[in-house]
Amino acid sequence: MDCEFVPSVCSYCGTGCGVLFEVIDGRINRTLPLKSHPVNQGKLCIKGWNLHEYINSYMRLKGPLVRENGRLEKATWDEAVNQAARRFTRIKEEHGPDSIGVLVSAKITNEENYLAQKFTRAVIGTNNVDHCARL
Amino acid sequence: MTNSIAEFEHDSKAIFVIGSNTTACHPLIASRIIQAKENGAKLIVADPRNIQLARLADLSVNHRLGSDVALLNGMMHVIIQNQWHHPDYIADRCEDFDAFKAVIDMYTPDRVSDITGVAPKDIIRMAELYSQNAPAALLYAMGITQHTTGVDNVKSCCNLAMLCGNVGVKGGGINPLRGQNNVQGACDMGGLPNVFTGYQPVSDPGANKKFSDAWGVELSSTPGLTITDMIEAIDQKKIKAMYIIGENPKLSDPDWNHLNHALKKLEFLLVQDIFLSETAQSADVIFASAALGERDGTFTNTERRCMRARKAQDPVGNTLPDWQIISRLSSAMGYAMDYDSAETIFDEITGLTEKSYGGMTYERLGINGLQWPCPNPDHPGTPYLHKETFARGKGKFHAIEYKDPAELACGEYPFLLTTGRMFAHFHTGTMTRVSRHLDVEQKTGYVEIHPDDAMTIKIKSNDPVLLTSRRGQMEVSARITTDVMPGNLFLPIHFGENPTNILTSSNAFDPLAKIPEFKVGAVRIERLIQ
Repeated sequence: MDCEFVPSVCSYCGTGCGVLFEVIDGRINRTLPLKSHPVNQGKLCIKGWNLHEYINSYMRLKGPLVRENGRLEKATWDEAVNQAARRFTRIKEEHGPDSIGVLVSAKITNEENYLAQKFTRAVIGTNNVDHCARL
Repeated sequence: MTNSIAEFEHDSKAIFVIGSNTTACHPLIASRIIQAKENGAKLIVADPRNIQLARLADLSVNHRLGSDVALLNGMMHVIIQNQWHHPDYIADRCEDFDAFKAVIDMYTPDRVSDITGVAPKDIIRMAELYSQNAPAALLYAMGITQHTTGVDNVKSCCNLAMLCGNVGVKGGGINPLRGQNNVQGACDMGGLPNVFTGYQPVSDPGANKKFSDAWGVELSSTPGLTITDMIEAIDQKKIKAMYIIGENPKLSDPDWNHLNHALKKLEFLLVQDIFLSETAQSADVIFASAALGERDGTFTNTERRCMRARKAQDPVGNTLPDWQIISRLSSAMGYAMDYDSAETIFDEITGLTEKSYGGMTYERLGINGLQWPCPNPDHPGTPYLHKETFARGKGKFHAIEYKDPAELACGEYPFLLTTGRMFAHFHTGTMTRVSRHLDVEQKTGYVEIHPDDAMTIKIKSNDPVLLTSRRGQMEVSARITTDVMPGNLFLPIHFGENPTNILTSSNAFDPLAKIPEFKVGAVRIERLIQ
């Protein structure tokens, strides 16, 4: 059995508690509080203690999906990405960049938020980018 | 937050919590407040509901839904009348005090009591506790912001803190508790229609040129649409396509019927998520993302602390980290993005966001992270803001009059509905309802009603009731509790089968911040069985 502990940050509320993922044979097995962390000092709430449960939920999406004849069907990444690229490009050409909007997320990382707004501004060519801070 | 979480426990002599159900929504911040109380700090709680923290408070009041400005103005009236304010701090560091004072002079305890329902003696005691125990920290959450007067409410909180010299001091400050793990980061990274990273305006020629040069494209200097305006633009067929990443607006946005109607008009909807959310079910293409623990990256918490979240396991199935998905889409549209790691992207961010993130590297972040502003490699980070001077120079007092919420109780809709979270669940429930140990805590939605009202409409606990607003109606079971005041109802936001946004209004929002008024709406409640 291979066991390691990987430090991370809880992904629920904005408090930002430090957690340790217990990883057994390459899979996250449970969540522990980081004892030395300046925010939570070795404590977690009920959501934090159960953080790994949604990550390993059987309900997770397992791969990209594309709607065909009204139904969502499994697709390869190339098919899904190319279809999205084609549709955005056509709508941008026909109606202009401001006919497209992007919602970024308070759940994805800084790096991903940065790329998403860079994509909106530099590739689509609009400032129609917002997220759920208001909601 | 202007200040840091640890300061509440160690440095604050008074803590004023308004519009935050802290023990349910931010439990590890609540534990600091409880510890502070043990250490002798005074605790003041103002909330329309009897929240758990209220039971520990030196003074707790239940003001009427949406009456925050009046309550805060009333406290400030008492503080100025008793000369408990800090004239030197105001003279040295603030501006526009006289116009502000002229308005405050009108908010006598008797008048404020009529608006808020809080007894004059309690308003006086709140003012005394907050102003006579320095430093005092003010904490708020969506109970302050999700109103048609959200900006006014926040400015009133700022007025109170400045009046008592509580901004720029350890243990004081104005501390909004962020509801999502990376709301702060999403804003810092330019996930807003008017700014690039670090709040550099798109309309500022210098900032626009800087980013245009860095990205090799001429960028638009016209601010874009907010989420609230985007939905309107979809309805008017001005927006034809949407790319929604890690959000579930079908449950989180106001007025479900209006939004659902609008989303059907889209020519193309791309959703990127870890679950098949209500919104993803309407998508034309779905990109499946890796979750927390499956990719590297950083999050910035409510106290501006940027921290690393490391990869612990491979992404499940055929999912990819969001940064790789966005890079692939961008490259497919002819703008190559070839990042080999999240760290490479972080280094690009810090190079363009000099004043706040400029001094950060993955190595420096370590385990504990760094609090911005951290402008250079030797900077230790900043536990609290506005130390010597305010970011804008002088702290500006705003003269703010109380305004009624958009909807008041009336003959047809005699109850006021407020919405929020409960302890075991999170936001639209996509993450917590699939978690076995959280699901067992609360399986489905409910509406809280006061025992007196329950008796009037002749219902027992768990009876089904029908809620009707000007937008729509829904069935839900009743929970009878004195946690809500007579005339008020509370509905948690987590449950897709009881979507609160069937009832909430998309027309009632703050004119400046465009935040919807989720905290007050007029409804009717009827029992469903004889």
